[in-house]
Amino acid sequence: MSNDALIDIRGVTKTYGAGETAVHALRGVSLQVEAGEYVAVMGSSGSGKSTLMNILGCLDVPTRGEYFLDGSDVARLSEDQQALVRGRKIGFIFQSFNLIPRTSALANVELPLTYAHLRRTERRARANRALELVGLADRAGHRPNQLSGGQQQRVAIARALATGPRILLADEPTGNLDAHSTDEVLGMFDELNAEGRTVVVITHENDVAARARRLIQVSDGQIVRDEVTR
Amino acid sequence: MTPRDLFGAALRGLSANKLRSLLTVLGVSIGVGAVIVLVAVGNGSGKAVQTRLEAMGTNLLTVSTTGGGGGFARGQAGPSSQQYALTLDDVSALSDRRLAPDVASVAPVMTSSGTATNGDTSYTINQVIGTTPAYLPATNTPVGTGQSFTQEDVDGAERVIVLGQTTATELFGRAQAAIGQTVKLGAVDFVVRGVLASKDSTGFNDPNATAIVPISTLRATQAGYGALSQIVVQASDKDRVDLAQAEVTQLLTARHQVPATTTSPFRITNSAQILQTSQDTAATFTALLATVAAISLVVGGIGVTNIMLVTVTERTREIGIRKALGARRRTILGQFLIEATLLSLIGGAVGVGAALIVTQFQLAGVTPVLVPSSIALALGVSAAVGLFFGSMPAHRAAGLRPIDALRHE
Repeated sequence: MSNDALIDIRGVTKTYGAGETAVHALRGVSLQVEAGEYVAVMGSSGSGKSTLMNILGCLDVPTRGEYFLDGSDVARLSEDQQALVRGRKIGFIFQSFNLIPRTSALANVELPLTYAHLRRTERRARANRALELVGLADRAGHRPNQLSGGQQQRVAIARALATGPRILLADEPTGNLDAHSTDEVLGMFDELNAEGRTVVVITHENDVAARARRLIQVSDGQIVRDEVTR
Repeated sequence: MTPRDLFGAALRGLSANKLRSLLTVLGVSIGVGAVIVLVAVGNGSGKAVQTRLEAMGTNLLTVSTTGGGGGFARGQAGPSSQQYALTLDDVSALSDRRLAPDVASVAPVMTSSGTATNGDTSYTINQVIGTTPAYLPATNTPVGTGQSFTQEDVDGAERVIVLGQTTATELFGRAQAAIGQTVKLGAVDFVVRGVLASKDSTGFNDPNATAIVPISTLRATQAGYGALSQIVVQASDKDRVDLAQAEVTQLLTARHQVPATTTSPFRITNSAQILQTSQDTAATFTALLATVAAISLVVGGIGVTNIMLVTVTERTREIGIRKALGARRRTILGQFLIEATLLSLIGGAVGVGAALIVTQFQLAGVTPVLVPSSIALALGVSAAVGLFFGSMPAHRAAGLRPIDALRHE
């Protein structure tokens, strides 16, 4: 086990509740992801893949086990330091886009930069660049409800990219999109990965998983398959 | 996140639901406005009473008998009350500088009522006062037009009269026209010497519906030779009212041989005391009004809490997103605290503005007098209300775990 892996989790378990009603979402998962990998995590609903993603994204803490993100032990970080890690190292892309309603696309993309204490002008410039990257520069002033699903997800990708995170964590990113938008979004992931960014996609769709270069199958809280596909 | 960014986020949060924010602001502004207006009304009515009482003369003592010798109307006065009846001799004694050094002037008062006529016009005068010329300066009752009667008129029991403003206008149309005319009071003709200046009302009776005649004339023609109704005593100075009161009490007690064991049969009303009492009453009244207003301010504050709780619940998912994007605990806390404080501060400003407008008008017959400190207090309290009542929902928002907040539907 090398310590220089970007993501390094060891023997992680996650239990919700206690006693007889306890639900074991993860039952001892160990996983290493190197920088620059393109990983797909597959599994049926209830398999624990979303719990795994939440733990990888520092949104949730494991019941047992260790998590080293970029060399630092997440369990030792304070609440605020975890927020800082989320903001700087991880870009989230959610199934339901999770844009802030009634707020322009540009302001949405700016938000993580605001939390990272960037200056106003710097923020504006970076957010505009990120929107350009996803081809929505002309929609900067639109609110989420004025955008299509595919456009909203592209805004979300721009937001995830704005801080220049090392890891892109996508949870069913195409679950709410039509075939055309799905292609667009997945094409973007391919490009980002080609540029050297680590991409972890959680999905239950085979064609989405097929774009990744490493496939991890999760079932009943355990990794049952882990192979390099391309 | 700079304060400016926090402020912007808070403003966007508030403008996202304008009607709700507006109603919350309204609740606070009613509370703040009520505090300022009601305190101003209480203060205004206190000031008004004070002005009126000061117009009456603050170094004035009014002596009357509680023993039933209060006037000709109660003819059946018992022997003991006759003993304590106020007489003109009492007046002369009180006027003696050696006996009562702190008394400036003394005037006897007898009252009667009657219908005055001028040809076909008649008017019922509530209060015909028989007294001496000293009465007018002592009670702060200046003559407006014409002149007062003199001590010679009193000595000679001349049939002269000074009319109150209302009496004069009722009988002669205007005050000027009355001078030198003749008024029939009962069966006796009186020559009008002067008309009193108009006086502000101090109670339910019109103080201008009076007429003043020499006491000797009143006794001879109207009221008879019974006891005096009152003796009006003016102290030599505002600060000597208490001394004068003690001298008057001592003198009267000695003159009427009041046994030491009985309570004094003389009631001496001290206008300074009345002023003090009414000021205390006004202060209590103001405090009462302020309490009522403060309650409405607290209700407004609870409105802020309520709305912020709803907002936090409704925006749980947004809070989750913000946390996932790297927002720290205190950033979320700051955003919601600023939202709550803005709500109540805007409400406070609106309330102050409304109160400033409302207090320009007479309210329930009272001219409100603004108390500047009440504005500062109301604004300060409204900001504090925002911080205090907003902190609970804000803490709830900040304490949410990102994963729980994100899962919230």
